[in-house]
Amino acid sequence: MKARKLWFGRLNLLLVIVVILVFLSPFFWMILASFKTQAQIMSNDNLFIFKPTLKNFHSVFEEHNFMKYIWNSFIVAFFSTLFGLILGLPASYSIAKYKQHGLGLVILIARIIPGISFMIPWFIIFSKLGLINTYTSLILSHMLVGLPFIIWVMISFYESLPMELEEAARVDGCTIQGAFMRIMMPLSTPGIITASILSFIFSWNNFMFSLVLAGDRTKTLPIAVFNFMSYSEINWGGLMAAAVVITLPILIISLGLQKYIISGMTVGAVKG
Amino acid sequence: MLGKTSIFIERHVKMIFVLPAVLFVLIMIVFPIGYTFYLSFFEWRMSGVEAPKWVFVDNYKELLFNDTRFWDAVWRTFYFTIMAMVLEIVLGVLIAVLLDRNHRARNLVKTLFMLPMVATPVAIGLVWLLIYEPTIGLANRVLKLIGLEPQLWIGSTSQAIPSIVLVDVWQWTPMIALIVMAGLATLPHENFEAAEIDGASGWQKFWKITIPLLTPTIFAAALLRAIDALKTFDIIYTMTQGGPGYASETLNIYGYQLGFQYFQLGKTSALLMLFFLLILVISFIIIKVRQRLEVYH
Repeated sequence: MKARKLWFGRLNLLLVIVVILVFLSPFFWMILASFKTQAQIMSNDNLFIFKPTLKNFHSVFEEHNFMKYIWNSFIVAFFSTLFGLILGLPASYSIAKYKQHGLGLVILIARIIPGISFMIPWFIIFSKLGLINTYTSLILSHMLVGLPFIIWVMISFYESLPMELEEAARVDGCTIQGAFMRIMMPLSTPGIITASILSFIFSWNNFMFSLVLAGDRTKTLPIAVFNFMSYSEINWGGLMAAAVVITLPILIISLGLQKYIISGMTVGAVKG
Repeated sequence: MLGKTSIFIERHVKMIFVLPAVLFVLIMIVFPIGYTFYLSFFEWRMSGVEAPKWVFVDNYKELLFNDTRFWDAVWRTFYFTIMAMVLEIVLGVLIAVLLDRNHRARNLVKTLFMLPMVATPVAIGLVWLLIYEPTIGLANRVLKLIGLEPQLWIGSTSQAIPSIVLVDVWQWTPMIALIVMAGLATLPHENFEAAEIDGASGWQKFWKITIPLLTPTIFAAALLRAIDALKTFDIIYTMTQGGPGYASETLNIYGYQLGFQYFQLGKTSALLMLFFLLILVISFIIIKVRQRLEVYH
């Protein structure tokens, strides 16, 4: 019986390792190829043993000016998250406290509707207002991805906080908004971290909105990487270097803050 | 003691706290959808010269009765979604159960496992483009290694959708697994102990206790996945742009091409309204079924 359990445990561990390797292999492949020359990628021998080159990264940053796109992506992700929090935190607090589930549903619909169904009016309206190729239109559109998520995460977070704390503050003469700012906000830091990282990542990764609304000046990373593909069709090393540049920050943030991300990704799906 | 404004805010706090967010959503979503609905009755190519022409329901008629590309895209969207969802649920549950037993490395494993779903889809598309490259890609090298014929993957009309499904499965199975793992953590221990005393095997415990208790969680995960899979755009657009031919063109891709490549804004609006309705109907059905399930449990 004991021997069987041990054997079972080993088999389990082996399976876990295989699963993890399979799921991580595209990342290894990407990183490996980003340090290879075109000839090394095309050749059939030496998949793992080769002389690494930094030429691809050099070309991404020097010839294709990726610093600018990183900056654009950062600005858009940062401000869409910040404004999303400013609108989302009080709203989710009120929805949780006063059980305004109807409103919660309205905001959830924003998550369900395909983004492309409002692209045409946005394109027309932003064109008329001269807002195509500006940070404003990008931030506004990216907020629509982040805000519903922030509200969704925060409603369930506020619902789990004890409301007596707020009542105690009220007895001491605090207004509702004062209690929200001074008591509930500090208490909800973990929820806010979760909501902000995910909103930031969603904006950083967003492709479709930027594809339509960004121009040369405000091009974000995903668009730059995509365009890189069209005019350097088979420069695989360069493409992979670009892919590394765009994913690496996200992977590092995720490794550092994994527990927040997992709780955010799984919120609402599990009923306690 | 308190200023007039703070008294006003306090009295109307219910409104003031939610109003900005709700207004934002209304302006950015509800108004555009209304506008799309309005545009769907016009023929318009968004040129400065020609004004939109009122054609009433002609755009809808054209799509529904005269456009095989539209119907092909509809079926492909379902084909993609159903295949991806089924694979992700099955694999996700299996992997969750597998990882759940492994207590020592569980946190590390969870962390590594989460990476595919946070990685940028455009980058994922590019990496898989290289993996599927027929002569130098990893996929055909693996096939060769186990003695199988090399394939065309996304280069072939029949394999394009399944190949993209595989990418979606790689990216989103971890989410299902993590949700199911969170669900597993909430299961009551007593049921398993009782079953063990009654001499149930591991297999029996899995089918008779774990799966029924997890059904609501699995359903919620499937709902999330289905809604997102129907809307998949990024990986398809970066890998194939709907090709070869129209072989991987889903509704989302067709809508984008029609609107932003051909600039047929009226017809696109009609298509987007139909797509929007489809998503709403499906979400509604899934939510209703889920409520049913919860009643039974």
